[in-house]
Amino acid sequence: MDVLSPRTLDEALRLRAERPGAVPIEGGTDLMVDLNFDRRRPEAMLNLNEVPELRGWSRENGSLRLGAGLTFTEIEHSELASLLPALAEASRTVGSPQIRNRGTIGGNLGTASPAGDALPPLLIEGADIEVASLRGVRRLPLTEFLVGPKRNALAEDELIVAVHIEPSGAAQTFMKIGPRNAMVIAVCSLALSVDRERNEARAAFGSAGPVATLVTGELDGFADRVVAASSPIDDVRGTAAYRRHALRVLAGRALERCMVA
Amino acid sequence: MSASPKTVLGWIGESVRRADGTPKTTGEFAYASDLQAAGMLWGHTLRAPHAHARVRGIDLSAALTMPGVHAVLTHEDVPGRKTYGLEFHDQPVLAIDRVRYFGEPVAVVAAEHPEQARRAAERIVVDYEPLPPIADPERATESEPLHPARETYETGHYLDDPRPNVVRSMRVVHGDPDARGDVVVEGTYEIGTQDQAFLGPESGLAVPDGEGGVDIYVATQWLHVDREQVAPCLALPEEQVRIHLAGVGGAFGGREDLSIQIHAALLALHTSRPVKMVYNRQESFTGHVHRHPARIHAQHHATRDGRLVCVKMQILLDGGAYASSSTAVTANATSFACGPYAVPNAHIETTCVFTNNPPCGAMRGFGAVQTCFAAEAQMDKLARALELDPIELRLLNALAPGDTLPTGQRIDGSLPVAEVIRRCAALPEPAPEELPRPAIRLPGGAGNTTRGEGVRRGTGFAVGFKNIAYSEGFDDSCAARVRLFADGSAEVHCAAAEVGQGVTNVILQVARTELETEDVRLAPGTTAAVGSAGSSSASRMTWMAAGAVRDACRAALAERESRGGGEVDVERVYRHRPTAPLDPETGQVGDLPAHVAFACAAMKVVAEVDVDLGLTRIVWIGTAQDVGKAINPQAVEGQIEGGTAQGIGLALMEEIQTRDGVITNASFTDYLIPTALDVPPIVSELVEDPEPDAPYGVKGVGEPPTVVSTAAVVAALRDATGRELSRVPVRPDDIVGLT
Repeated sequence: MDVLSPRTLDEALRLRAERPGAVPIEGGTDLMVDLNFDRRRPEAMLNLNEVPELRGWSRENGSLRLGAGLTFTEIEHSELASLLPALAEASRTVGSPQIRNRGTIGGNLGTASPAGDALPPLLIEGADIEVASLRGVRRLPLTEFLVGPKRNALAEDELIVAVHIEPSGAAQTFMKIGPRNAMVIAVCSLALSVDRERNEARAAFGSAGPVATLVTGELDGFADRVVAASSPIDDVRGTAAYRRHALRVLAGRALERCMVA
Repeated sequence: MSASPKTVLGWIGESVRRADGTPKTTGEFAYASDLQAAGMLWGHTLRAPHAHARVRGIDLSAALTMPGVHAVLTHEDVPGRKTYGLEFHDQPVLAIDRVRYFGEPVAVVAAEHPEQARRAAERIVVDYEPLPPIADPERATESEPLHPARETYETGHYLDDPRPNVVRSMRVVHGDPDARGDVVVEGTYEIGTQDQAFLGPESGLAVPDGEGGVDIYVATQWLHVDREQVAPCLALPEEQVRIHLAGVGGAFGGREDLSIQIHAALLALHTSRPVKMVYNRQESFTGHVHRHPARIHAQHHATRDGRLVCVKMQILLDGGAYASSSTAVTANATSFACGPYAVPNAHIETTCVFTNNPPCGAMRGFGAVQTCFAAEAQMDKLARALELDPIELRLLNALAPGDTLPTGQRIDGSLPVAEVIRRCAALPEPAPEELPRPAIRLPGGAGNTTRGEGVRRGTGFAVGFKNIAYSEGFDDSCAARVRLFADGSAEVHCAAAEVGQGVTNVILQVARTELETEDVRLAPGTTAAVGSAGSSSASRMTWMAAGAVRDACRAALAERESRGGGEVDVERVYRHRPTAPLDPETGQVGDLPAHVAFACAAMKVVAEVDVDLGLTRIVWIGTAQDVGKAINPQAVEGQIEGGTAQGIGLALMEEIQTRDGVITNASFTDYLIPTALDVPPIVSELVEDPEPDAPYGVKGVGEPPTVVSTAAVVAALRDATGRELSRVPVRPDDIVGLT
């Protein structure tokens, strides 16, 4: 298997166009598991770890630009933790410290798992995803980027470059359920924010439907609306009935947290 | 905590730092998966995708033409006996005409590169005719026999049960089984399938010796019993099969049965090249036996003042597709069904059945874990019904030396049940913690699900016991060989498998103490240099190795003395007292006991439960354990902490899930084991009440914490939630009332 290691974004986009069978890899916390379990045998990997344009985060006017290679550890331990508190809380729930050192926000978007921990907090903050190819750059809302379970809107020649967010400043939180107290894939998760002036809430759940899903609306009866928007299934990690029950409890607690915050 | 341990030297009773501790921590320790040999090939196993199917044909032609392939072997290439097993030779080395469980080995491939071996295995065409699987153990005895040709009762010691698919059934009838008490409590309990989940997957290396024989380097629990099973299948005399202990990454019973041993040796002998095999994590879940899932119905009768009158139990164990050590697990589950209590009347019926579920066999606690969970839940129920303190009720009924078990065996050694209860009960529980607290100090942990909402605290208590060493007539002796050199140094040979439990230090501490020198080294474990040590199982290795090494040291000193000096080389075999099978009709002992000795433990657990979400945080655990004599107190504490963690796992999360016999969570993503956040600080009281029969009074310590901890954890959850929680692992659904 070839490992292609571009040193610039331009080179990465060129390789992406030339070698559509090369699977992009950042921290490898999803892809390497698939390789080790022999679930995937890609002909090549496109190693994005050496591309400087994908690293770190910055402020651009009033908004934030998070590079696709931004790690969960960087989110937890930077100023981002106060700018995007729910995303920071979600980052703390990802795997173990070693996994958080490697796992990236771009990888979470690329995998587009319904359990992706970063997705609900990004949804409630109205994140846009910047993708690029030799054909050019485009931005699309995260709600449009996520198209199905483990499916996103990325074209064959495109790479995820960055996430753009205008922080709402709203009180917000993230919660995730697992049968043990660390290192779990979400049985279900919820990010929620409250705009007290408008009396509105925004929530997004994970692992309770085919994609991480955004729900917005008035505070009255909001927990019910979250549950109604979900379509969980029974699987080895939990039952649909429990997921619905838990979402209701989480939504109630999250609203309370955000109201007193 | 014990005093700061010595790094190298130490005698009996001192905390000595483990010889393998530093290299394991720094990553320098060579596990079996790190083995290398010049010219080595890689072996891979093709496994059945069905839980039950007829094998109508196997076409190897495409696989044989794949690049790098040196051999593709099936049952036809097994030169000797086609089957093996610990108690019955019922498991095919490679499937013959039928596969009986998901993941059963069908063919093996050797190739230059592991990926080539995997790809070649994919090209093997197996013509399967799927058969309906027996997935529900309740239906097994009404189904077609899975082993029509099996001579179930070849030992002559088992109850003659005419039903199909019975591995072993047992009945213990003690006193008047119809005796009634003033108060009766009843319950049905269910235990899910736990996996040993050792971190080092099955691995080893087979090296042909050029003279028709083979050396097998493997992570195992018992070198000599591996050889006994491997040699006949290879059609070799035992001398031509040498088994050497490679670095073991955990065992917990899961390495008692063979894994790669015969397969790698077949490939090595066939190709005349060294062959290495390493299972990946997914394969490991099908590569070894598991803890028996169980359904237990229990009825306890007691007098108004709390004395047990009669215990009735029906125990159903799912043995899976092959016998493994199920007959012995059945005897254990039955023997310890009532817990460590004086029970004047009892009727216990146990049936272990064959199904097409994953095969079950040895796992830490060996049948006593399942029954302890049921028996202790019953004792708590009884305490509530009698309005008695649960600890008082246990003290009132505690077994003591001189008492008789339901099997008729008199406790003639040490068994300080009341003392472990008292000392555990006296351990001070931590005060409730204030809010707010960081999320990781609340149920749900890193998931940030509560800031205190829904959280209730509960305390649970449990007592458990089990046997030490093999039972029912099994002569599991242990050999040790001691060489004394002219320079005053000594070398000890013992085939006791170091599986992480610390037997290496035990052997060295005994030898230093007996020889009165610090200049002792332990040679590598191998069948080539010393007799059998028996298995690192059944909490027996410390006792048996200490006995053998002590006797060999004393014999060596005596021989040197009689010769007036010089070099000596002596080997001695240590035996525990003889035992005999239980009567097949009544489950009673005859002239000889069924079990060698017993060990008990009491445990108190403080838990916090988020009752709205069904999530748990174990806050604190205190335990008092009957250890006989602690040879290396720090290592004993390590065993207690590890064994407790494994019991927490069964209580809260560890379960192999299946659908029609097919495992659906064969990964550490979905089979969860406790992390550091799930295991609280554990306070261990070592109760030293010497076992009169044992060298230095020692008892094994590995299993009692696992036996008792699942029961104690769930007791705390019941206290916090007020729910019945009659099934483990306890699922969030059970706590929030969705089941």
